Amino acid sequence: MAERVIEVSDLRKTYGDVEAVRGISFHVERGEVFAMLGPNGAGKTTTTEILEGYRDPSAGSATVLGHDPAKRERSLKERMGIVLQSTGIDPFLTVSESIEMYAGYYPSRRPTNEVIDVVGLSEKRDTRVNKLSGGQQRRLDVAIALAGDPELLFLDEPTTGFDPSARRNAWEVVKNLIAMGKTVFLTTHFMDEAQYLADRVIVISNGLIVAEGPPASLAGRDQMRTRIRFRLPDTGPHPDGPMQRLADGSLEIDVDAADTAKAVHDLTGWALERGVALESLEVTQPSLEDVYLQLTGSEVGT
Amino acid sequence: MSDVALTVRQVRYTNRAFWRNPQAAFFTFAFPLMFLVIFASLLGSGTVPINGVLVDQSTYYVAGMSAFAIITACYTNLAISVTFQRDAGILKRTRGTPLPGYDYITARVLHAMLIAVLLVVICSAFGAVFYSASIPTGVDLFRTIVVVLVGAASFAALGLALTAAIPNADAAPPIVNATILPLLFISGVFIPIGDNVPQWVNVVGKIFPVRHLVEAYLGAYYGAPFVFAWKDVAVIAAWGLAGLMIAARRFSWEPRR
Repeated sequence: MAERVIEVSDLRKTYGDVEAVRGISFHVERGEVFAMLGPNGAGKTTTTEILEGYRDPSAGSATVLGHDPAKRERSLKERMGIVLQSTGIDPFLTVSESIEMYAGYYPSRRPTNEVIDVVGLSEKRDTRVNKLSGGQQRRLDVAIALAGDPELLFLDEPTTGFDPSARRNAWEVVKNLIAMGKTVFLTTHFMDEAQYLADRVIVISNGLIVAEGPPASLAGRDQMRTRIRFRLPDTGPHPDGPMQRLADGSLEIDVDAADTAKAVHDLTGWALERGVALESLEVTQPSLEDVYLQLTGSEVGT
Repeated sequence: MSDVALTVRQVRYTNRAFWRNPQAAFFTFAFPLMFLVIFASLLGSGTVPINGVLVDQSTYYVAGMSAFAIITACYTNLAISVTFQRDAGILKRTRGTPLPGYDYITARVLHAMLIAVLLVVICSAFGAVFYSASIPTGVDLFRTIVVVLVGAASFAALGLALTAAIPNADAAPPIVNATILPLLFISGVFIPIGDNVPQWVNVVGKIFPVRHLVEAYLGAYYGAPFVFAWKDVAVIAAWGLAGLMIAARRFSWEPRR
């Protein structure tokens, strides 16, 4: 069995009357990218900050690299890098000075130039932090977290507020981290981000885990039904078998995902035989987005 | 790296960032000298009776502005700057690294003390050249150095303690000024305290550390007719220790919500 870098068991956190995290358990294995997915206020940052040692849990346990993070041991902090959701860097230092300053706190460190290259800030090496754009500052956050050559990286919503191309760039940065063999704990409220980056995902809503697994099969997504939709003239022939007419007049056939190919073959064969046009034909499998909305939406207000 | 090496290194980075913020650096240095020139020009030709002897006000102001410089660098600036760094999330980031919190705080305090010493040296040189306030020697110089160092460290501790009461960076300047400006006026920093001030000024002023700093500095720097008393230094240090204890318990590394 792979080594467990993070182990969380029945973790709870209460702020006054509000239970932000209501008993969650999961583990993260060495070398994987693990994503915690959920809407704002679901408890992602609270959970992450417990693992980082910023908050103490109200109940349950968390172990990070064999340590209790609540003890805030220096020997643990030397092995992890943290990119907080919102954080600052001294505005009057340059990119390379900032990285060097933070690198100096760690016993092992990566060369400053290498770290700058990994996050794509080579052109901005000698630029002061207050002259960087928001996206560049975020990449510097990642560079600083990498400076001490950590085994485990926490990325709390690393791309929130990015435009689409900046997000793509940030994803490439994370892919570089994976290539370096880092274990990455990522939080995000973007589906595509989790899908693109993560080996395993947990979906959290209202402080509870509502789904868990690899992005491709999350919440039985691979076993969900495929929808085949098309339009036919009202008066012409209709294929046999169960189907329903939707509000806009189009027809829909639902089949098991595994039977998709056969169903499409049967339908198109039927249409060819009769010379019928299948207008607006579309075949859709549930996206991770659908699964996510279904999982987190159903929790709202309960 | 040892804690000492880490702290020294951190002082260097703090110093580098300090001088790259020209407005902040300028006003830290300009204020005491500007006030010295203004007060000495407006009131410097007068005299103030101290223990029965008439002292030139301009001479008096050289010491007053040195005390002001210590307070500006270590209390006012440190409290405002640390609150800003807290609000900007810089302290929280630092907290997530292996750098021990006390190394970081020690570095900030040492840097503020360095600035205070530099300011006092400048005020003294200025006073020697323009206001015939001769620089002390021997035991007086030793006492002056002790007053500067104890004063700087104590006001830095009080500045750190105050950050616990400041909700956000916008509120920092008004809160810091509200706590220090009245004391500067009744403690002989801006207005010399002679033999004939109202009694309440003496009573209230002696409770707080500012008056003790001014008197200890005057006594150490000039000698008679001023009186140097180690008791003043002890009162300053006691305030500093109280500040340190509050800071140790209440200091926040994260923005207040």
